Amino acid sequence: MAYKQYLLVCSGTACESNRSRDLTEALTGAVAKAGLAGDVQVVKTGCFGFCEKGPIVKVLPEETFYVQVKPEDADDIVNEHLVKGRPVERLTYRSRESRSFAKLEDIDFYQKQVRVVLRNCGVIDPDSIDEYIARDGYVALEKALFELTPDDILGELRTSGLRGRGGAGFPTWMKWKFTKEAKDPDKYVMCNADEGDPGAYMDRSTLEGDPHSILEAMAIAGRTVGASRGVIYIRAEYPLAIERLETAIGKAKEYGLLGEKILGTDFSFDIEIRLGAGAFVCGEETALIASTEGNRGMPIPRPPFPAVKGLWKKPTVINNVETLANIPVIIARGGDWYARIGTETSKGTKVFALTGKINNSGLIEVPMGTTLRDIIYGIGGGIRGGKAFKAVQTGGPSGGLIPAANLDTPIDYENLAGLGSIVGSGGMIVMDEDDCVVDIVKFYLDFSVDESCGKCAPCRIGGRQLYDYMDKISAGKAGPDDIGKIRDIAFAMQKASLCGLGQTTPNPVLSALRHFEEEVAEHIESKRCPAGKCTRLVVYTIEADKCIGCTVCARRCPVNCIRGERRTPHEIDQDACIKCGQCLEACKFNAVVKS
Amino acid sequence: MSATLDATAEEQAADLVLTQNLKGFIEEKKSVPGSLISVLHRIQNHFGFVPRSVAKETAALMGVPLAKIYGVITFYHYFRTDKPGRHEIAVCMGTACYLKGGQDLIDELETLLGCSCGETSADGEFSISAVRCIGCCGLAPVMTVDGEVHGNLKPEDLAGIVAKYRET
Repeated sequence: MAYKQYLLVCSGTACESNRSRDLTEALTGAVAKAGLAGDVQVVKTGCFGFCEKGPIVKVLPEETFYVQVKPEDADDIVNEHLVKGRPVERLTYRSRESRSFAKLEDIDFYQKQVRVVLRNCGVIDPDSIDEYIARDGYVALEKALFELTPDDILGELRTSGLRGRGGAGFPTWMKWKFTKEAKDPDKYVMCNADEGDPGAYMDRSTLEGDPHSILEAMAIAGRTVGASRGVIYIRAEYPLAIERLETAIGKAKEYGLLGEKILGTDFSFDIEIRLGAGAFVCGEETALIASTEGNRGMPIPRPPFPAVKGLWKKPTVINNVETLANIPVIIARGGDWYARIGTETSKGTKVFALTGKINNSGLIEVPMGTTLRDIIYGIGGGIRGGKAFKAVQTGGPSGGLIPAANLDTPIDYENLAGLGSIVGSGGMIVMDEDDCVVDIVKFYLDFSVDESCGKCAPCRIGGRQLYDYMDKISAGKAGPDDIGKIRDIAFAMQKASLCGLGQTTPNPVLSALRHFEEEVAEHIESKRCPAGKCTRLVVYTIEADKCIGCTVCARRCPVNCIRGERRTPHEIDQDACIKCGQCLEACKFNAVVKS
Repeated sequence: MSATLDATAEEQAADLVLTQNLKGFIEEKKSVPGSLISVLHRIQNHFGFVPRSVAKETAALMGVPLAKIYGVITFYHYFRTDKPGRHEIAVCMGTACYLKGGQDLIDELETLLGCSCGETSADGEFSISAVRCIGCCGLAPVMTVDGEVHGNLKPEDLAGIVAKYRET
């Protein structure tokens, strides 16, 4: 490569929606105009993770990191930075103390991160197989074909301690071993890219930023278990990821890294893409298989597990995207190396989509064992707008709320389970004092009820019942016995539901009862919502001593429920009030009070 | 999403039939097991929804019962049985967007377009739907219009965006 400098432009979905495509064109144009086309290459890369500050441009080799770059800034970057050698100060990242940072590794957002899964995201052009190979891509596949036996590979995975990243945390080597030992000669490798957890986009970014790592891992899995066919089941809602996977598969075939007789060996492996169609339950293994077979995505009882009887009733190993992305590194660098990262029971790193009421939203990767506090206050830069932290939610609709008292917990599978949540696929949503736990729990239950496939009664009926009880609580109509009923339903669902969806639907409710009992009780006993989110509990009143009778609120009220003579204090008819809050907004004398 | 059993006049209209291209795709796929969902994706990409007349044709061509096709269409959120507006607005209601006011965006759109979420405006210009996470949580709250992502939105931004698409 003869270029002297490189401009890396993020082309993840978030940055593309912030005009990073126009930016790439503007930069390319500006580089050409300055006569630098032979010296500087503009490269579109995968996600840098710092989505909050996108679009992002990184200049190599000096590693200057520019944030929130607009196409209009292209000339400045080229003329100032590339031509005159002066970094463009106004585009570098500023911390809250407004210190300016020119380099990525100095930024608080990146300091505690360790990038294994996201090693190539934001570094290479995802559409270029050459760049993947230049970063040691397909080295692991070569090693798996020429140096290691399938048992050696299983051994490395076992040493690495890698556990499934889709949520359940089952040891990956065991899954592979079951499929390897299955007698049937026809076997499948499946990649579960049906990332349905609302508020999580780890898999999307990995697929968009480093598609070859998944293909390489699937081929290694095929070689290990003795499968020659792979299927990637991906959400139809991720068009960019699908496009990049298709390009990657085409290129890998062209290079002889997929298809017949890979690298001249007897091993053949082909991968096809199957599109999901928007059903959360399809993340469950047996439902995923049903959907891949073209049916309604409904789970079936296990055992037999898919490892023995899966796609088309053949032994099938199913791994999540993030699990697979770890595999080439483990094979290339050894299980020992990987096992040095993380905690006793949970090895390696975990990618989280850190979102919600936080200063630095984005995609992060940290070693297992990092504390929630380090993530939220270190990497995340604390709560937005100086508000108070309330809870962090992990594991999406199957997970739970974790309160401030447990912020120093090191993250691993066992610790989060101990707190009534789960690591899950990696959604991490931060909530502040304005959020109400009853409201949040209702949001998750609404999701789970909607996504329940309806096959088994505990999930179909139980989820709806839980939602109705929470709705009663948020309307101020619940009684003290209702908590006991909620616990009974939750218990029944956990024990009797057919699949993970129904078994984990009660988790958000139970964690709210465990960590935020007082807040739930306040809704029930005092009919009060401390955060003011449960609108049916909110009461608007007019303070007589402040009201001058200007009639503005009465004229604004959409249901005409405010009465009073001009120049005398007004009054709100509570029975007719729809709690829209317009009177509060309209009053210039702070006479309207929300409580 | 509900499927009515009676074909509407619109569905019977002559242009809601499989194109040669789609027929070819189905012929090619019908011997591949499990390809019904891929076929339906292709059909929806073409029509914007799965018209009943087309579902019937597909059932005959693939040799599967119509009930099976409707079983699949109604199970998955992605497939729709009614014609969408000229522009499709999808408001993200993932957790991050919900916390940051996704519902306010839906309320504002309903007021602006005079139809509720899940419906198409009377002039056929826009349809509104709520979708699960589209994976742009860093930009919450977000919505997509014809697949184009608009992030960090406030209800007051929407009138401008709607007007822009109305012209195109």
